[in-house]
Amino acid sequence: MTPLGNDSSSAPNGAAFVLTLYVTGQGARSQRAVANLRSLCDGLGELCELTVIDVLERPQMAEDERVLATPTVIRRLPLPPLRLIGDMSERDKVVRWLDLPLPVAAAEGEA
Amino acid sequence: MTDPIEKLPTHIPGFDLVALGGLSRGRTTLVTGTAGSGKTIFATQFLAHGILAGESAVFVTFEESPTEICRNVASMGWDIGSWEAAGRWAFVDASPQPAEETLVVGAFDLGALMARIEHAVRRVAAQRVSIDSLNAVFTRFDDRAAVRHELLRLVSGLKDIGVTTVMTSERSVDLRDGSEYGVEEFVVDNVIILRNTLEDEKRRRTLEILKFRGTGHQKGEFPFTVLADGGIVVIPLSAIELTQKSSNIRISSGNADLDGLCGGGFFRDSVILVSGATGTGKTLMCTEFIGGGAAAGERSLLLGYEESREQLFRNATGWGRDFGQMERDGLLRVGCMYPEAMQIEDHLLQIKKDIEQFKPARVAVDSLSALERVSTSRSFREFVIDLTSFIKEREIAGLFTATTPSLLGGASVTESHISTITDSIILLRYVELYGEMRRGITVLKMRGSPHDKQIREFLIDSDGMHIGNAFRNVVGILAGNPRTAPAGELDRVSHLFDAEA
Repeated sequence: MTPLGNDSSSAPNGAAFVLTLYVTGQGARSQRAVANLRSLCDGLGELCELTVIDVLERPQMAEDERVLATPTVIRRLPLPPLRLIGDMSERDKVVRWLDLPLPVAAAEGEA
Repeated sequence: MTDPIEKLPTHIPGFDLVALGGLSRGRTTLVTGTAGSGKTIFATQFLAHGILAGESAVFVTFEESPTEICRNVASMGWDIGSWEAAGRWAFVDASPQPAEETLVVGAFDLGALMARIEHAVRRVAAQRVSIDSLNAVFTRFDDRAAVRHELLRLVSGLKDIGVTTVMTSERSVDLRDGSEYGVEEFVVDNVIILRNTLEDEKRRRTLEILKFRGTGHQKGEFPFTVLADGGIVVIPLSAIELTQKSSNIRISSGNADLDGLCGGGFFRDSVILVSGATGTGKTLMCTEFIGGGAAAGERSLLLGYEESREQLFRNATGWGRDFGQMERDGLLRVGCMYPEAMQIEDHLLQIKKDIEQFKPARVAVDSLSALERVSTSRSFREFVIDLTSFIKEREIAGLFTATTPSLLGGASVTESHISTITDSIILLRYVELYGEMRRGITVLKMRGSPHDKQIREFLIDSDGMHIGNAFRNVVGILAGNPRTAPAGELDRVSHLFDAEA
């Protein structure tokens, strides 16, 4: 159930990568995750749209998306939806899992 | 100064007696057991019975989906859908979603889960929370240390918002204590173990409170049963106290001769065990007992586990008692059931229900031995103790029969289990004399009253039982090898203890 659920391969504003990051509060881990993911998104410019949701402020959003752990990023677009849990500190793994068009170091045993 | 721990009554039948009031209010209790031991039912019933008592509840599910849970418990009479609609029940759905692929990279916490639980608790103003089950949390995340740490935070978070919580966790083997993921040891202060063991080819469910930090509880395992239409019922055995008043009022056994042997009849609140081989007249004794009640205008409950209703009625007619009329007069209720139809715990609950509805002055069970067939010796003993104290509390006279395995003499297993619990024991025995089977009766024990010590012959005819003279010249009846004693010998023995002239 994607809020932007349609068959198009991009969001209305043209972004090909639509990410929602769920964090709990403003603690160090939350800030680290936000900073890590934002720096990746910034590298994609207009291609990427990132929304950050604090589950303490909007718990119903976490309920609707059945988010359990934080930080969690949900890739709504492109389809299929994907989830990644953790503080996003391992940049290359994040890039590969979310399939972001960014340069990564040579793969070591990664799919 | 810290406040003493208050208890929150769970309203799970019997449990609050074992837990001396209920679960620790505002704390988390872990309910652990192997697969099929009743954990999810316990967790759900804790919430459902809270709602029935006017509270609200949140169910956090990691395993089954909310839809499945609603469907599974509908037969118990718990309409979760309507409670949800009324804003008194909320689900936090953490059941697996196979659709979305998830990868875990780096450190995380369960902050979103806690936020969701808090949100749900606030939304329905819940006092009770159940989390089912922790194992699913562990299987979802590889980092066990992190999950343990997060659970600790969760437990303390739940304490902060003041809800009373039940968490379940499954154990793959039935260990004495401890859980697979080491959750109990440090996460929670209160641990309950549910067991579902196979003993003598019979299933036996028990509940044990392993620890309640800072507050009391009954120790040891307590049997429980899961009713298809009502959930868990715990049988709080040792919670029963011997506080029954002892009555001096005598009631008729229904047979004037037998009343004579007993020193004037049975006591109002006593339990009488009648033991004898098949065909010695145990069912007759039940019939006389009920007839005596009807004659005095008292209600009787007859529970038959060996014969059908029709057989019991026909027997009674043959002995001059009209069960049909008694039933029409509202003085008799007859319940017949195959012992194998239910577990013994369920039989007990059924009997109690019958007693509470019908409010009899007399209860006859024919026979206990039939019930013994379907239970372990421990369950059976618990059954007898529980039933005995239940009827004594209500000042009801009970007459139980037990079948001896051998025709001549001998004690039944039933007797050896329960003879100390009953107030009176009456033995019925076959006596073989000169190529003829005759019947003997003796009052072996009668608590608090003098009684006849002789073994007397009795006859059965269309009026019932007629007790005659003692077998004066026969010895060895109870030992199972009756033989006649010469008159001289009898004379010598009867003067053996006389004072020297």
